[in-house]
Amino acid sequence: MAGATYTPIASTTIGTAITTVSFSSISGTFTDLVLVYSTKSQGGYDYQNSSITFNGDTGTNYSYTQLYGDGSSAASNRQSSQNNILVGVDIGTTQAGKFSVNILNIMNYSNTTTYKTLMTRKNATPSLVSTAVGLWRSTAAITSMTISRDDSNGFSVGSTFALYGIAAA
Amino acid sequence: MILPGVIASVGGVASSYESIATTTLTTSTASVTFSSIPATFTHLQVRAISRYNGSGTNEGGALITFNADSATSYNYHLLYGTGSATGAQGNANTSYMWSPDTPFGGVTASVFGAGIIDILDYANTNKYKTIRALTGYDANGSGLIALASGAWRNTNAVNSITFTPPSSASFVQYSSFALYGVKA
Repeated sequence: MAGATYTPIASTTIGTAITTVSFSSISGTFTDLVLVYSTKSQGGYDYQNSSITFNGDTGTNYSYTQLYGDGSSAASNRQSSQNNILVGVDIGTTQAGKFSVNILNIMNYSNTTTYKTLMTRKNATPSLVSTAVGLWRSTAAITSMTISRDDSNGFSVGSTFALYGIAAA
Repeated sequence: MILPGVIASVGGVASSYESIATTTLTTSTASVTFSSIPATFTHLQVRAISRYNGSGTNEGGALITFNADSATSYNYHLLYGTGSATGAQGNANTSYMWSPDTPFGGVTASVFGAGIIDILDYANTNKYKTIRALTGYDANGSGLIALASGAWRNTNAVNSITFTPPSSASFVQYSSFALYGVKA
C-alpha cells in the first residue's frame, strides 16, 4: 500500500483580473491530476467558457464531447480538431456574488504511451450543469497547463485555482 | 474528508485518501481484479484508463462485479451524451454494473477511455452497495460521456472488485486501474 495521496501541488487566488492562469513545471511523480477552479468572469453575461491547453500546444490537437442541461433541456455536442478543450465555465457579472465550480480530472497525465484523456464537471448555477470528456492527441507527459478565458474578459478577483496530484500504488 | 464522487474532485486532507493497489497491464488481459480489499476505509474509488482489443469502432462499458458474484444481483442506470444526442437507460437484474466506458481496438490508436468510480460505504454490512461513476472517451470525431450509477443487492462487505470487458474482448496493454480508499 503506497499510503496517503491526493496532494496539493499549487494554488492561486486571483488578485488582479487576468485572462490566463498557468501551472508549469508539473512533476511526473503522480498518476492523475485534479484541477479545481471556481471562477467569475468580468463579462456582462450569465456565463461563458474557459479552456485548457497543455505544454504550450496551440495546435488543433484537442477534441471533446459534452453533455449539458440548461434548466429546461439536455443536449450533447462534440468539437473535434480544436485549439483547446472547453473544460470550464465562468459566471459573469449578471449573476452577482456567484462563482462557478469546475472540477477537472486529467488521467494518467505523465505516461508517454497514450493520448491524454480528461473528464470535467462544470457548473454555472443557475444557468448550466455540464460534464465533458476531452482528448489531447499527444503522448507527451503533461508538464504544464494553461487555463484561459474564452473571451477578452478576465477572471475576476477572488477566482481560485487549485491543482492536486494523485499517486497510485 | 474528501467527498466521494464529487470525490474525485475536492481536494481534502491528504491522509484521508490512500492508494491501495494498482494494475497496469503489460499485455492484453481478460479481466482485472482487486482482491483482499481491507475493510479499513469508508469509501473506495477506482480511477482507470482502458481500451479493448478487437476491431470495433465503438465503445462499451466494462462489467463490474463484486466478490465474484455472477448472479443477477445488480442493476445500473446511465445518463449519456454521444456528441449529437442524449440518452438514458436503466437495467434491472443484471449480472454486472457498468464502467468504465472503453473504446474497442478499431477506435483511433492511443485513445483510451477513462473512468472514476466511487463505491460508497463498501464495508457496511447493513446496506446494499451503491456505486456511481463519471466515464467516457473522446476520439476526435467520436466519443461518449456518461454518468453511471449501480447497485449490488447484497449486504456483504465488498472485498473484491472485478472489471471484465464485454463480449470476448480483452483490455489491452497500458490499460490501468488504480484503487484508492477514502477514510471518514
